[in-house]
Amino acid sequence: MDLYELTLHELQEKLHNKQASSEEIVKAVFGRIKDVEAKIQAFITLDEEGALDKARKCDARGDFSSIAGIPYGLKDIICSQGMKTTCASKILENFVPFYDATVASRLKEAGGVLVGKLNMDEFAMGSSTEQSAFFPTRNPWDLDRVPGGSSGGSAAAVAACEIPFALGTDTGGSIRQPASFCGVVGLKPTYGRVSRYGVVAYASSLDQVGVFSREVRDCALVLNIIAGRDPLDSTCVDIEKPDYTEFLRDDIKGLKIGYPREYFQEGIAKGIKDTVKKALLKYEELGALVEEVSLPHSEYALPAYYLVAPAEASANLARFDGVRYGRRDFEAENVIQMFSSTRAAGFGDEVKMRIMLGTYALSSGYYDAYYLKALKVRRLIKNDFDKVFNDFDLIVSPTTPTTAFKLGEQTGDPLTLYMNDILTVPINMAGLPGMSIPCGFVDALPVGMQLIGKPFDEGTLIRAAYAFEQNTDYHTAKPDPGVM
Amino acid sequence: MTLSIQEVQHVALLARLNLGEEEKEKYAEQLGSILQYADKLNELDTEGVEPLDHILPVFNVFREDKVIPGPDREEILANAPLVEEGQYKVPKII
Repeated sequence: MDLYELTLHELQEKLHNKQASSEEIVKAVFGRIKDVEAKIQAFITLDEEGALDKARKCDARGDFSSIAGIPYGLKDIICSQGMKTTCASKILENFVPFYDATVASRLKEAGGVLVGKLNMDEFAMGSSTEQSAFFPTRNPWDLDRVPGGSSGGSAAAVAACEIPFALGTDTGGSIRQPASFCGVVGLKPTYGRVSRYGVVAYASSLDQVGVFSREVRDCALVLNIIAGRDPLDSTCVDIEKPDYTEFLRDDIKGLKIGYPREYFQEGIAKGIKDTVKKALLKYEELGALVEEVSLPHSEYALPAYYLVAPAEASANLARFDGVRYGRRDFEAENVIQMFSSTRAAGFGDEVKMRIMLGTYALSSGYYDAYYLKALKVRRLIKNDFDKVFNDFDLIVSPTTPTTAFKLGEQTGDPLTLYMNDILTVPINMAGLPGMSIPCGFVDALPVGMQLIGKPFDEGTLIRAAYAFEQNTDYHTAKPDPGVM
Repeated sequence: MTLSIQEVQHVALLARLNLGEEEKEKYAEQLGSILQYADKLNELDTEGVEPLDHILPVFNVFREDKVIPGPDREEILANAPLVEEGQYKVPKII
């Protein structure tokens, strides 16, 4: 097997046993990127020189603890000191942060080698990565299809073996949905588990940083590094952080799993329902207790989300005004004109739409009817989950209603695109940890199974995901995008 | 449901977005259809339900009032489109 095909933990072993140097690994990864990137287009920015330099330093030091010497990528919404961070938007086309996001500095301090920045839907608003202002990313399993979004570049790069792991962000499904479409592991931790400092905000009460990897073990290893209190983010909770690798046990006997009937209804492709039901049988076979449960307010999560998230976005994106960073319209005669024409030229259609929607929902006369109403419904959604978690350890469902769709298929009506998030949005609304793992194929396209846990119980997700992985071989299937 | 062009113009002003005529028409329609979808929430009786604006108990986090090194002024200004004498420069406001 070539070095670029190895997982994070396999690369750790190679480095420890001196069977490979970090330089060799980084060179192998860039070789792979040269072979497939023209087709996949996962990266907005690549830094071969910087990565090789870091790898050589790592080899010279000879310390291969943690992720030292191992390459990775960051979604281009995560600030990286000295490396462009664009949010896939024209308005930040030339923005070079002078500081690292906390997650970026933690990976850096652990010795990881940053390869580059990954494509996404502009400001994380979208489900296909077609909303990138630069170019769409392709799904490695079928180049005519989307990788999902908004963290589509992260998912595609990991699936195509361009990097062993990547970070993404998830506000309404932006890690889990692309992980599902690309057949990789994607974990969105509990809101408050991972620092958001230095991560460009979309919807601050919903955003969370998480991990993409090809195996569950790697996900646990990376979560160990990025999770935990951060004095720079007051919403990052000071709560005990376990060693997540301790949950990598092939034993789920007695685990109580609920599957919500609302997540298996019409609108969810039959092939997907069948595949996930088969996975549930596997869980039963492994000793879990599997029962149907109900989350009665599920159908209201999506309309509530599409008020709450745009409302928060309209406030967060007010900072892009052409004054402190990004592009500016120099022709404008007064400051209001300067703000308005800078923003009109800098933001793409979907971003403008959500800013407009959010501004409307927060505006005088509509606040109670839309925003406040949505927050009340959010409480009901959370109560549904609380009730089920009184009796169950884990909730399991499909991650997405369909497998990856074709480019251009869902660009007309925003509501059609929003339906992609129907199974992932409720988890963000309730702030819970969620994970998507590969559980089969329909017409040669990957299907993801969503695991939903109690607040701050990422451990149980990892345990259940690992047990499934150890007893199936879906994670070993690899796409062949073909080399150039 | 469609929003009026006047409503779209008002929201665009609040959001500081210059919109072309075509865009206004498009947003009038798209916003209308999303808001119509949002009306689904009215099927639920939320009388007496406490709004959930934040999933965690939010409280003030204090730290010691200690001077720590901050970023360099030049570094911060390096990303600005227009700078003069170490400050951001904008068009005339008043």
